[in-house]
Amino acid sequence: MSMTRRTFTAASVAAAAAFFALPKTATAQEVQAAMDAFTGGAELGSDGITLIAPEIAENGNTVPIEVDAPGAEAIMVFAAGNPLPEVVTFNFGPAAGSQHATTRVRLAGEQEVIAIARKADGTFVSARQNVRVTIGGCGG
Amino acid sequence: MISRRHFVQAAMATSALYGASGFGNWARLAAQQVLSQEDLIGSSDFGNVTLVHITDIHAQTQPIYFREPEFNIGVGAAEGQPPHIVGEAFRAAYGIEQGSAMDYALTYNDFTSLARSYGKMGGLDRIATVVNAIRGDRPDAIVLDGGDTWQGSLPSLRTRGQDMVDLFNALGVDAMTSHWEFTLGSDRVREIVEGPLNPAFLGANIFDVDWDEPVFDDYRMFERGGTSIAVIGQAFPYMPIANPSWMFPELSFGLRRERLVEVVEEVRAAGAEVVVLLSHNGFDVDRQFARDIPGLDVILTGHTHDALPEPVQVGNTFLIASGSHGKFVSRVDLDVRDGGLQGINHRLIPIFSDVITPDPTMAGLIAETRAPFEAEMSEVIGQSSSLLFRRGNFNGTWDDVICNALISQRDAQIALSPGFRWGAAVLPGQDITREDIFNVTAMTYPNAYRTEMTGETLKLIFEDVAENIFNPDPYYQQGGDMVRIGGMGYRIDIGQPMGSRITDMTLLETGEPVEADQTYVVAGWASVNEGTEGPPIWEVVENHIREQGTVEIQPNNSVDVVGG
Repeated sequence: MSMTRRTFTAASVAAAAAFFALPKTATAQEVQAAMDAFTGGAELGSDGITLIAPEIAENGNTVPIEVDAPGAEAIMVFAAGNPLPEVVTFNFGPAAGSQHATTRVRLAGEQEVIAIARKADGTFVSARQNVRVTIGGCGG
Repeated sequence: MISRRHFVQAAMATSALYGASGFGNWARLAAQQVLSQEDLIGSSDFGNVTLVHITDIHAQTQPIYFREPEFNIGVGAAEGQPPHIVGEAFRAAYGIEQGSAMDYALTYNDFTSLARSYGKMGGLDRIATVVNAIRGDRPDAIVLDGGDTWQGSLPSLRTRGQDMVDLFNALGVDAMTSHWEFTLGSDRVREIVEGPLNPAFLGANIFDVDWDEPVFDDYRMFERGGTSIAVIGQAFPYMPIANPSWMFPELSFGLRRERLVEVVEEVRAAGAEVVVLLSHNGFDVDRQFARDIPGLDVILTGHTHDALPEPVQVGNTFLIASGSHGKFVSRVDLDVRDGGLQGINHRLIPIFSDVITPDPTMAGLIAETRAPFEAEMSEVIGQSSSLLFRRGNFNGTWDDVICNALISQRDAQIALSPGFRWGAAVLPGQDITREDIFNVTAMTYPNAYRTEMTGETLKLIFEDVAENIFNPDPYYQQGGDMVRIGGMGYRIDIGQPMGSRITDMTLLETGEPVEADQTYVVAGWASVNEGTEGPPIWEVVENHIREQGTVEIQPNNSVDVVGG
């Protein structure tokens, strides 16, 4: 995706506000701050992490997501267009057989879902998926 | 080693040698008035496996008129690519002569006069003749149905799909996938699948919401011609978004690409030498699947109602588009040797109802399914002095009639009609029967609502639907056409991002701009919301046509398209 973080966040805020008239969603700075709190501002790689989320949500109130990052100590998930961007942190102990988790997320309109994994060597990798929440109703 | 592309050309040359096809032939044959059943169906002994593909028949058992789109805009990588070419560009791409039989079948130009020359197309009794003829060449041909089979006519609505289930059983269909089937409700679908249905009901992307597990069979293996063929089903991915999710609340759909990758690996491990995706994704999504999902040899596409005379090749995958409403049957011959697909030969067979003889057995079965409703369906409601059609990205004259009906019968300022792609055409001068009205309205959530919306809400709806159609990423496209509107005009710039495509919204009755904070009376139908109130749309349309006597639709200039 060639959009910059700043423009994409602004667009999703506008879309979410238009759909649901939300009083406030997280600003780009708040999303970045939440991510930095997890990564300490480290560079993000992209190999070794898989994020599966629907392209178009069937129900924005309960969107299934799945993350997989072999060898990760922790995976944190962010919803960049929600009022509170931090969704969940999965911690994996040394005895964990796999570093894989699924959950359901409520999304306030179209936005990017971001997963960041902290690897055992202290490096970070991330994956993102744009999820559209639509009013739908005309396919056929 | 010969490349795949080379093989296709070789295959086509072979069939030309046998005198079987070659597109220019249709025009010459038609000009000589010798278009015969044998010419249309052809004959082939190519390869060792034959697939027969029918899709999106929308319960049309009778020959009908169906005009192909004048506007079929491709965006992103699909811009200007098949199937997003129409009219002159389509003829040029496939060497089709203007005014020929195939021009009538595949493009919109001069539709009324060509329809009068070449007659109606389709008819399940004619399709049965074609399928039987193909079985004459290849007795163990695999007959596959891409879905949207159980919905779209009065008999299918009244029998909750039973007529089509019985008729497709009789046709000898081996496997199917689905979309509108689920608008009968998931209980009814289960009742059919567990009961009378003969074809395998396939959908690798249909999952249980609570348990996140597949609900139906992912695939069916066929042993044919000394090889194993896996047919994987992919149902319409955006079912709960585009259609009422309360009718199948326990089901989840979606593209589920990662799931499909797993299923392909599974069938390969089980010995499949050829993998066929029987899909209801829509063409652009399927083209992207061909790029993204390894190991698919053939994708039998559906949903977007495209008919293409040749396969579209993406890497080592061949995409077949077999049209809709029973207008076409695709025959796909595969040469499978040495553990894999070595060659493919394809023939898009147009079902000219006046040329192909009805199969008497199927004709009898169809007559039985229609008999209880014949009197009701044949009642003449009015006449049309215009061509009434539906398919196209922005307007269809049938939807203009429906919007006019909503405005006059529901006393509204603005009317909305969904961008469905199904529905048969009526020629100028024809009677409009009740069956004709049901052919463009028969579905299970028909209530014609009347409500108030602000200008801001109207803009949101149009922006949202436009994003579902014109998103440059095919995975975000749902495959309908733009919602049709009456009483309001607007300008759409296809290439803009969501929120910026729709401008100049104008209330036609006053010529005033539609104001964001002002409230308008809006009537529409086919709401996906549970509990929508109002009379069924066919009643509204019938009352309107009775009052009008003769329906006349002026050219609709209320949508100004930029960037198409």
